Amino acid sequence: MFDKELITLAHGAGGTAMRRLIEDVFVAGFATPGLSALEDQAEFGLAALMEHGDRLAFTTDTFVVAPLFFSGGDIGSLAVAGTVNDLAMSGARPLYLSCGFVLEEGLPIDTLRRVVRSMQQMADSAGVQIVTGDTKVVEKGAADQLFINTAGVGVIPRGVQVSASRAQVGDKVIVSGDIGRHGIAILMAREQLALQSNVSSDCQPLGALVSQILLAGSDVHCLRDATRGGVATVLKEFAESSNVAIQLVESALPVDASVRGACEILGLDPLYLANEGTLVAVVPSKDADKVVKAMQSAPAGRHAAVIGEVTSSPAGRVVLETQMGGKRIVEMLAGDQLPRIC
Amino acid sequence: MQFVDEFRNPDIARRLIDDISRVSHRMADRLGRPVQVMEVCGGHTHTIFRYGLAGMLPSSVEFVHGPGCPVCVLPIGRVDDCVAIAHQPGVILATFGDAARVPGSRYSLLEAKAAGADVRIVYSPLDALQLARANPDREVVFFALGFETTMPSTALTVLQARSEGLHNFSLFCNHITIVPTLRSLLDDGQLLIDGFLGPGHVSVIIGCRPYDFIAEQYRKPMVVAGFEPLDILQSLHMVLVQLDESRAQVQNQYARVVSETGNAYALDAVNKVFELRESFEWRGLGDIPHSGVRMRAPFALFDAEQKFRLPGARAAEPQGCQCGDVLRGRIKPAQCTAFGTTCTPQTPIGALMVSSEGACAAHYQYGRVSLIQDVVATH
Repeated sequence: MFDKELITLAHGAGGTAMRRLIEDVFVAGFATPGLSALEDQAEFGLAALMEHGDRLAFTTDTFVVAPLFFSGGDIGSLAVAGTVNDLAMSGARPLYLSCGFVLEEGLPIDTLRRVVRSMQQMADSAGVQIVTGDTKVVEKGAADQLFINTAGVGVIPRGVQVSASRAQVGDKVIVSGDIGRHGIAILMAREQLALQSNVSSDCQPLGALVSQILLAGSDVHCLRDATRGGVATVLKEFAESSNVAIQLVESALPVDASVRGACEILGLDPLYLANEGTLVAVVPSKDADKVVKAMQSAPAGRHAAVIGEVTSSPAGRVVLETQMGGKRIVEMLAGDQLPRIC
Repeated sequence: MQFVDEFRNPDIARRLIDDISRVSHRMADRLGRPVQVMEVCGGHTHTIFRYGLAGMLPSSVEFVHGPGCPVCVLPIGRVDDCVAIAHQPGVILATFGDAARVPGSRYSLLEAKAAGADVRIVYSPLDALQLARANPDREVVFFALGFETTMPSTALTVLQARSEGLHNFSLFCNHITIVPTLRSLLDDGQLLIDGFLGPGHVSVIIGCRPYDFIAEQYRKPMVVAGFEPLDILQSLHMVLVQLDESRAQVQNQYARVVSETGNAYALDAVNKVFELRESFEWRGLGDIPHSGVRMRAPFALFDAEQKFRLPGARAAEPQGCQCGDVLRGRIKPAQCTAFGTTCTPQTPIGALMVSSEGACAAHYQYGRVSLIQDVVATH
């Protein structure tokens, strides 16, 4: 009955319209046992959690992407994968998610249904449950269609100690896949760009990949998914937190030919483009080969490759050996990468 | 990637660098200092840093980063005027992305956008024209800037607007032309530049002949260069060979796209729409005669300077800024006292820190000289 309907302020007013929206769209869409009880909170037993490890990981992220739908994903799949991945980067097994929606008055309910369906699919593939949520409706113009906040809980296995400050001299730097696809997919989806390309976002959950890495038996020092700011920014964070230098080899960076082509035309550097399903790992040198092999055995890690190593100086810096054999310092960007005028 | 990787072949680069070393050592001995070659264009500066070329060269030759970054040399007063236009009721201000970040005396266009002005980032002047078609009740102003590289596309857009009778479209014209500025640099008695890499994309439009005076009157070699790393290295070698043989000529390394006489169709469009100004201000260099263009009288309807009352105030260069000395090759970016302390890409003071093509921003982003030397020394 909602098919051609739009979100109105009544859907956020706490009355029957809101109740109907929750039951027909969220409870039906998420199909999580317990959610239909419509309590104000989710409950889970501590004993069951402790089977997975000895520490909780807890994180939150907010998603405001425009456009809502793009090649390879949408705001819903992003909202689930993003939080799942933030949990997984501690080595945690992601388990439960909350989701909060801010809906703009006038949003077609069908659009919301599509997003919810996509969230549920991503949650299924990540092995997590969406157990609690909240909805607010704001007046037209006060939000851009639909914003989502997700928070997540996971459990970190005993003995796993992953941190940006643990990179050590001699370690190898590994990336799990080809870089920059999400950044280019979003650029292409924005209407003004008269460029066409078949690049899809890499949006995917990385929990299973992290499990593979940990199963390989390596003492993984650092893990981070290379979202906004890209691989360059993650490596700079590792170098600063660990007070080491990271030496990157440009020719070892996996970059899809279409992404490279778009970067050449627009004057962008794939090292700074956002990814939504690609991680960077720093592992002891002796384990690098087995970690790469383990990653390659998971679908999310098919293109995993060693891209550099950790050295002592210049501490806090990332140095790239260019394709030409020259060297340059990789800094964080001041703001967004903007296409250059000529 | 075809037609890209061929121009980035490290083996050919090594051979070129060997050749460059041989000639430049000889020249540096003769001069008693390193040979200084100015790459005029900001695109070349970007390539030099992006690929780490400066660190691969022998100490007997150095690049001096020239004034060819149109975003960098935009004077503060013009940014203030543009911000004032953006705040006019009913205006949509369309701009290239990197121009939106240039600080005015109080605000950049990005900050004006945050404060409520309708500023849109576009990738081509035709995108701005499309905005004008789609918003007939709004006035769309395109922030036009750049050298001859971007001038023809702006001119053709204005001609298109006129033929469609679109009167809610105008330009805030800040186009500039490089040749008078090169002459002004060459007239500077303290200039320490032995030769030039000529701007490749400007030359696609204007050809190679406008540079003849550099060789004939000032006896400096100039090689019009492409933008790939091997283009830069080969062009540098060509400049050095001329110096070594005491020749001064204009040569064209970028012959795959640059002709001797340029693009007549593009030049015709430019001449229809634009005429030289008496003088135009360049950030870091001051006023340079005949270095900017404005719209000709028949196009007044499309000229934002005629349509709007602009503050037109001239803003003083910030204190401590030594961009002018960097542009003349007198000091390196890192020798400026503001560099990396008060002047950074996050808080640019000087022109050259503003755009990623600016010499100082490139130094900051891709490696301060001493640091690169450390890096090279430890490997």
